[in-house]
Amino acid sequence: MTRTLFIDARLIDPEAGTDAPGWLLIDKGVIAGRGAEGAPQADTVVDCGGHCLAPGIVDIGVKVCEPGERHKESYRSAGLAAAAGGVTTMATRPDTLPAIDSPEVLEFVARRANEAAPVNVLVMAALTKGRQGREMTEIGFLMDAGAVAFTDCDHVVTDTKVLSRALSYARSLGALVIGHPQDPGLSAGAAATSGKFASLRGLPAVSPMAERMGLDRDIALLEMTGARYHADQITTARALPALQRAKRNGLDITAGTSIHHLTLNELDVSDYRTFFKVKPPLRAEEDRQAVIEALREGLIDTISSMHTPQDEESKRLPFEEAASGAVALETLLPAALRLYHAEALDLPTLFRAMALNPARRLGLASGRLAVGAPADLVLFDPHKPFVLDRFALKSKSKNTPFDGARLQGRVLATYVAGTVVHEAE
Amino acid sequence: MSFPHAHLLGIEPLAPENITAILDLAEEYVTLNRSDTKHGDALAGLTQINMFFEASTRTQASFELAGKRLGADVMNMAMQASSLKKGETLIDTALTLNAMHPDLLVVRHPQSGAVDLLAQKVRCAVLNAGDGRHEHPTQALLDALTIRRAKGRLHRLNIAICGDIAHSRVARSNILLLGRMESRVRLIGPPTLMPAGIEEFGVEVYDDMRAGLDGVDVVMMLRLQKERMDGGFIPSEREYYHRYGLDAEKLGYAKPDAIVMHPGPMNRGVEIDGEIADDINRSVIQDQVEMGVAVRMAAMDLLARNLRARRAG
Repeated sequence: MTRTLFIDARLIDPEAGTDAPGWLLIDKGVIAGRGAEGAPQADTVVDCGGHCLAPGIVDIGVKVCEPGERHKESYRSAGLAAAAGGVTTMATRPDTLPAIDSPEVLEFVARRANEAAPVNVLVMAALTKGRQGREMTEIGFLMDAGAVAFTDCDHVVTDTKVLSRALSYARSLGALVIGHPQDPGLSAGAAATSGKFASLRGLPAVSPMAERMGLDRDIALLEMTGARYHADQITTARALPALQRAKRNGLDITAGTSIHHLTLNELDVSDYRTFFKVKPPLRAEEDRQAVIEALREGLIDTISSMHTPQDEESKRLPFEEAASGAVALETLLPAALRLYHAEALDLPTLFRAMALNPARRLGLASGRLAVGAPADLVLFDPHKPFVLDRFALKSKSKNTPFDGARLQGRVLATYVAGTVVHEAE
Repeated sequence: MSFPHAHLLGIEPLAPENITAILDLAEEYVTLNRSDTKHGDALAGLTQINMFFEASTRTQASFELAGKRLGADVMNMAMQASSLKKGETLIDTALTLNAMHPDLLVVRHPQSGAVDLLAQKVRCAVLNAGDGRHEHPTQALLDALTIRRAKGRLHRLNIAICGDIAHSRVARSNILLLGRMESRVRLIGPPTLMPAGIEEFGVEVYDDMRAGLDGVDVVMMLRLQKERMDGGFIPSEREYYHRYGLDAEKLGYAKPDAIVMHPGPMNRGVEIDGEIADDINRSVIQDQVEMGVAVRMAAMDLLARNLRARRAG
């Protein structure tokens, strides 16, 4: 029972950029073969019924609230949500209570994660102790303990001397540093993006220029240090030329964006709906369009859920006081499919950004449909319509902006190393 | 009388005929308030709670007087002193209130959108008495009534709003109301006190006060908060007064019969010269206070009619 054959599948191959019918064979947890016709024998045959079979999603930047706030999300609940959403690898954030900033905490978290979650969990560590931006963490020991990247998440390291040293040190170890490009001065206290909408609602707002300033600063430090760097979320048109120049100049830089910035804009906040409060704040429609275009061109590399669980109490507050963030492990794929149905991005491009590129950036062999790659797969029907009920989510926290939204696309099954971890009822 | 609203949360949801409905009824209350009896029964039997999460003397007194003149049982709750300090959330406050069966709830809160949030959770008519830098609808309505009485109309007027537009809920509500009534609004102030994207509201923006005042019918001054005076938004109080304080020389650029307004409380010698504020030929600042009571009576009357109609079935 080790060989499983998927027949009548629509194979989404982000590496080749193809979307074509065929079969795929997995053996002992890895992809053993694929083709268009002449499928081989196998112990188990899965008839995909013409639905899509793609590499499982690799999601950089998932917040699981262990340690500290398990009532918001545990590794168990996040893992089930990931499996239900077709996410086969989560790279989790260190912005917990306390921050994951020592090898001891990281080892504890990694052990918890791998016991409790049915999907692959890779743990990221803080870049500075307590995410305070003063002293770098034990980057070497943390890497030995399994840290895949280093980030202070939405705490920008304001002291450029501290950051330049951390980047230099990280470079000597080949560590990946993830930055949050945002000028801390301009963005202090902001709950919205500056412009007509924020002014009408009377919300403190930040200019989209703050993102470009943050990115420009980080790029200058990369030129100094040569570190490996990934920008967590690029969400504005104005930041894109700087990113393009940095890539052309040969810096080791990649950039991501969040599913919410790709599918929603500032007007969705409407009458102070706090489930739409994210960080950075939702942007103007022109920015959203520019980011989609940058994804199509490959200038922006990855799409993340930026899954951020918040309990009801944190959100049932006046907009300025309410916590930022949205859960998205289970809505990442159906929301991304909005871009497919709108004919903005094709499926291989989406999976390049959701699976292939993030896997490559983390040095993983997954994210591909190639022979020899791990059999981390998602089988989904891209057309199945449904209305999202937030209370049906597997996440402990229900703070999704898509509550009541009409979405299209459902995961039928998720496989991690060839084993089924989720099957639709 | 056209006023199909359950709450008065802002000017934004109001159609021009809704605004006119409030102003027309307020005219009747101006007459009542000037009579000897000063008493109506439109709110008899109803309970009005004034919840002020931010200190206020004039607005709270105006709402209290308006409610009492129409026969409501009025209670004031000074929220900044009580439950907020004990960590109670706004939602819990709303649930507590529901148990007291109020009919009219007047709320001021330092956060934009907080009054909307409260209105979603309580079972009574809610009046926004100012939320953060979002809206202050009764102030815009009393300003409109003052202008209409002084100028005979609300359309085709040139109205300048001067000062700290960025942090002002009064400015936002007035921009919305005056635009809706088809007057032309000019905003005057230093760029540091001007909100982003404000040009898209259909207003003209000036950083030169003399150019901005040229030929206007109405000059509306805004209060400059003390905490914004020192270096953060403007270099100093005296430089602000020099460039943006309303004095006789600058007022000379407006029409000869232009009126001067201020929502109060004034900083004499910061945004307005004391003599202009007191000039009975130009200043309508005291009228604004009088109109405030009448407009609030009218707004609560209309909301109470809708509330009673809804409850009747």
